[in-house]
Amino acid sequence: MKIAEPVVEVRELTKRYSDHITAVDRINLTVRRGEVFGFLGPNGAGKTTTLRMLLGLIAPTSGDVGVLGQRPGTPAALARVGALIEGPAFYPYLSGRHNLRVVARYGGVPSARIDERVGAVLRTVDLADRADDKFATYSLGMKQRLGVAAALLKDPELIVLDEPTNGLDPAGMRDMRRLIRELGTEGRTVLLSSHLLGEVQQICDRVAVINHGQIVTEGTVDELRGDAELVVVATPSDVARDRLEAMPEVENVHPTEGRLHVRVDALHTALVNRTLVEAGIAVTELRRAERELEDVFFEITQSPELNHV
Amino acid sequence: MSSPVIDTTAAELLKLVRRPAAWVLLAVAAVLNLIFAYVVPYLSYTSGSGGGMTDGATPEQLLASTLPDQLVANTIGGFAVFAGALALVLGALMFGSEYGWGTVKTMLTQRAGRGSVLLGQLTALAVAIAVGLLVMFGLGALTSTGIALAEDQAINWPGPLDLAQGYGYGWLILLTWAVLGAALGVLLRGVALPIGLGVVWVLGIENLVTAMATSVLDALEPLRDVLPGVNAGSLINTVLVDRSVEPAPGVTDAVGEGRALLTLACYLVVAGVAAAWSMRRRDIT
Repeated sequence: MKIAEPVVEVRELTKRYSDHITAVDRINLTVRRGEVFGFLGPNGAGKTTTLRMLLGLIAPTSGDVGVLGQRPGTPAALARVGALIEGPAFYPYLSGRHNLRVVARYGGVPSARIDERVGAVLRTVDLADRADDKFATYSLGMKQRLGVAAALLKDPELIVLDEPTNGLDPAGMRDMRRLIRELGTEGRTVLLSSHLLGEVQQICDRVAVINHGQIVTEGTVDELRGDAELVVVATPSDVARDRLEAMPEVENVHPTEGRLHVRVDALHTALVNRTLVEAGIAVTELRRAERELEDVFFEITQSPELNHV
Repeated sequence: MSSPVIDTTAAELLKLVRRPAAWVLLAVAAVLNLIFAYVVPYLSYTSGSGGGMTDGATPEQLLASTLPDQLVANTIGGFAVFAGALALVLGALMFGSEYGWGTVKTMLTQRAGRGSVLLGQLTALAVAIAVGLLVMFGLGALTSTGIALAEDQAINWPGPLDLAQGYGYGWLILLTWAVLGAALGVLLRGVALPIGLGVVWVLGIENLVTAMATSVLDALEPLRDVLPGVNAGSLINTVLVDRSVEPAPGVTDAVGEGRALLTLACYLVVAGVAAAWSMRRRDIT
């Protein structure tokens, strides 16, 4: 399979604010054309600082950044990037439509195309009905949608969205997920920063997790979630655990809240059941359970080995 | 594809035209100008009384000071103090608000580089001041024409060169104050502090230094002579035609025309460079 060209390339990127504060610490990252890339991390992990460096808003202390083959923050790079960074920021005395016209002007959208583009992105984010109301009167969700609309104005190749679902109600979050998925299927590259892991799991092709300024893991969502587990409820539980641990097919047994979480290939599910029953153990529940990205995230971000605190 | 500077200028003008604060500032500047240049002298003339700022002038001199041939002096006479302060507020609002609203990141993530954005903003500010000044000249012309017609006086306009010179000096004075406000807005990344500091400077510090240099401490004269308000007042002084009426506050003969022009131009350049340095060097966090 042909590997798509890199759209964002980050090498040994570091941002220090003083000898004591290192916001981003020698991170490496590659985002390839056409993928929806999730950038995960707890609050204060360094996500927004990294994204700001990709857009030229913050100068790196050291390291290299390439955005669409250009230096970040240069007109050549910015002309092909749309961004919503750390919440939507617009002029409160202007309507949504006029705000977008202003942004389109800044973005170099040709005068003859401004109204057409503004109308199109307003429809895309479902904000056409309120487009002529002042931005100051918008709800947080509407402001977020206007922020996404502004990011789409230039019809960019790369879209950087920092916490785009902040402040959205469940229906708004669903609509936003659908929109981001659509953007990803239109050949654009989407770099999505979020701490809402459910949405990332549903939307993203690949993810990187950053914590304390360092990338702690990177891969596809499936790679991170790993193989599904077998959940077993059996009595007596300690005997069942011993029997399972003795099985060569079983990789690992982890007891939690009366259940045994068994890492074993799905092909061996029946064997596990038979082994327990033949040992006189009462099996009351046996099912396969996939790990959520959230489980993986907490394992990674709270693991002392993976975090250099 | 058009130039990023032109695009930024267009975006800034689009914002400014729809910004209520910009219209309020223009309205305040125009109304204050009309009141002090025309309404007060004319009412004093019609009532036959002097007093206050018209002290010492005869009714005929008061009427003469409101007629069309005084248009230049009447329009830019107050620029050393009150219109200058309003221009400084406009500059601080235009540039500092971007930090208060967080829209600086919206501006800087579109297309233009930081230098182009700043240049576009400054160009828009210069255009806005030119237009505002035109409005003030227009209102002054209408008012003085009305007074001349009402009092059956001859309507004589200043010559084209005098008009052009007065317009140019007025534009330079207001632009200098506005760019000083803009630089404060960028350096301090906000609106409230730049406006507070700027207004205290224009209305307080300048007057204090000038008064001290004039009355008690001659050694302060060199300092007084480099103050922006004093140089603005000195430039205005050169376009006064009728000296029988007390000039507006801040108008002075402290420095000559050439030096005043050069000093204001230096302030303009230094403020612009300081804003550019801050905008290009500092992170947008």
